[in-house]
Amino acid sequence: MASQKMKTPKDSDKYSVLLPTYNERENLPLIVWLLVKYFSESGNKYEIIIIDDGSPDGTQDIAEHLQKIYGSDIIMDTILSASLLLGTAYIHGMQHASGNFIIIMDADLSHHPKFIPQFIRKQKESGYDIVSGTRYSGIGGVYGWDLRRKLISRGANFITQVLLRPGTSDLTGSFRLYKKEVLQKLIEKCVSKGYVFQMEMIVRAKQLGYSVGEVPISFVDRVYGESKLGGNEIVSFLKGLMTLFATT
Amino acid sequence: MTKLMEWLLGLSLIGILWSIVTFDLLDLRISDQYLQVAWPLPIYLLVTFGCYSLAVVGYRVATFNDCEAAAKELQEQIQDAKRDLQKKGLHF
Ligand SMILES: Nc1nc2c(ncn2[C@@H]2O[C@H](COP(=O)(O)OP(=O)(O)OP(=O)(O)O)[C@@H](O)[C@H]2O)c(=O)[nH]1
Ligand SMILES: [Mg+2]
Repeated sequence: MASQKMKTPKDSDKYSVLLPTYNERENLPLIVWLLVKYFSESGNKYEIIIIDDGSPDGTQDIAEHLQKIYGSDIIMDTILSASLLLGTAYIHGMQHASGNFIIIMDADLSHHPKFIPQFIRKQKESGYDIVSGTRYSGIGGVYGWDLRRKLISRGANFITQVLLRPGTSDLTGSFRLYKKEVLQKLIEKCVSKGYVFQMEMIVRAKQLGYSVGEVPISFVDRVYGESKLGGNEIVSFLKGLMTLFATT
Repeated sequence: MTKLMEWLLGLSLIGILWSIVTFDLLDLRISDQYLQVAWPLPIYLLVTFGCYSLAVVGYRVATFNDCEAAAKELQEQIQDAKRDLQKKGLHF
């Protein structure tokens, strides 16, 4: 290679963090601050790609301000689909991604950037195609959930494990690291919307023979802003589960 | 093969084995003693699986970690972040 310095794999790997946002003006600066903090500490190359869905609350102004503060490490992308199709947001975001790894996480502070260095270490350990955060194993867990929500979550997870035997413990979580080409392939294959999308991604990944590593994470319920996934989550979960049961 | 097919296959295998024994389809002359165990077997299996499921889910709900420390750490970091960002000119 032409560079004078011997490049170790660690030097050449770059991580693009995709942050889909919709009305996250309070959370966005905080999550960006935390990302910058942990990436500066770990020394990995990175960029943050904010994919805003035309939020009416001024999330984009905040994003532009953050761009001024942190420079070109932060990239803005605005889409106006407002379709709740997170897949669309990821496709958009990936067009700007220059990293060879993609990290997908929520911008609502439920997914803490302190786990990213662990994801990276895990990935390097065995060359995993995907590293998934898990709330359900080891020291993983949640904060701010009542008994009912815990019961639904554990029950749904159990049914999924029995019916699909996916070989990963957390299917609906969306805090994951992907090799870029793997994510591209998966997004092409996955057709579900919203919530079920995450489940389909990991099930299809397993089906296609990609290797998945897991890192226990603590999931802290959002402090600011509102949840966008209201409505009938249980019904859409069951529908998605049945679809995957019949098609994978 | 889809998961649905795997399940159907598994269930029909069990069903066939069960009918062979219970209705003595192959004329194996299975003794009454065994027959009495065999015919309610699917129900036993179902009940056992139900109990197992309840136990597992119950246990996992009870042992679901509450990440108090993580929530506290996040709160502290939010305060630090706000102070620092304000210094950098971002107002909340
Ligand atoms: N670009 C884009 N981002 C979205 C859209 N809907 C939600 N998001 C973002 O996706 C992430 C996850 O959404 P949440 O509303 O937190 O969904 P959730 O985590 O399942 O629900 P709670 O955390 O319980 O509120 C957040 O960062 C949202 O801002 C959308 O339509 N477009
Ligand atoms: Mg959330």
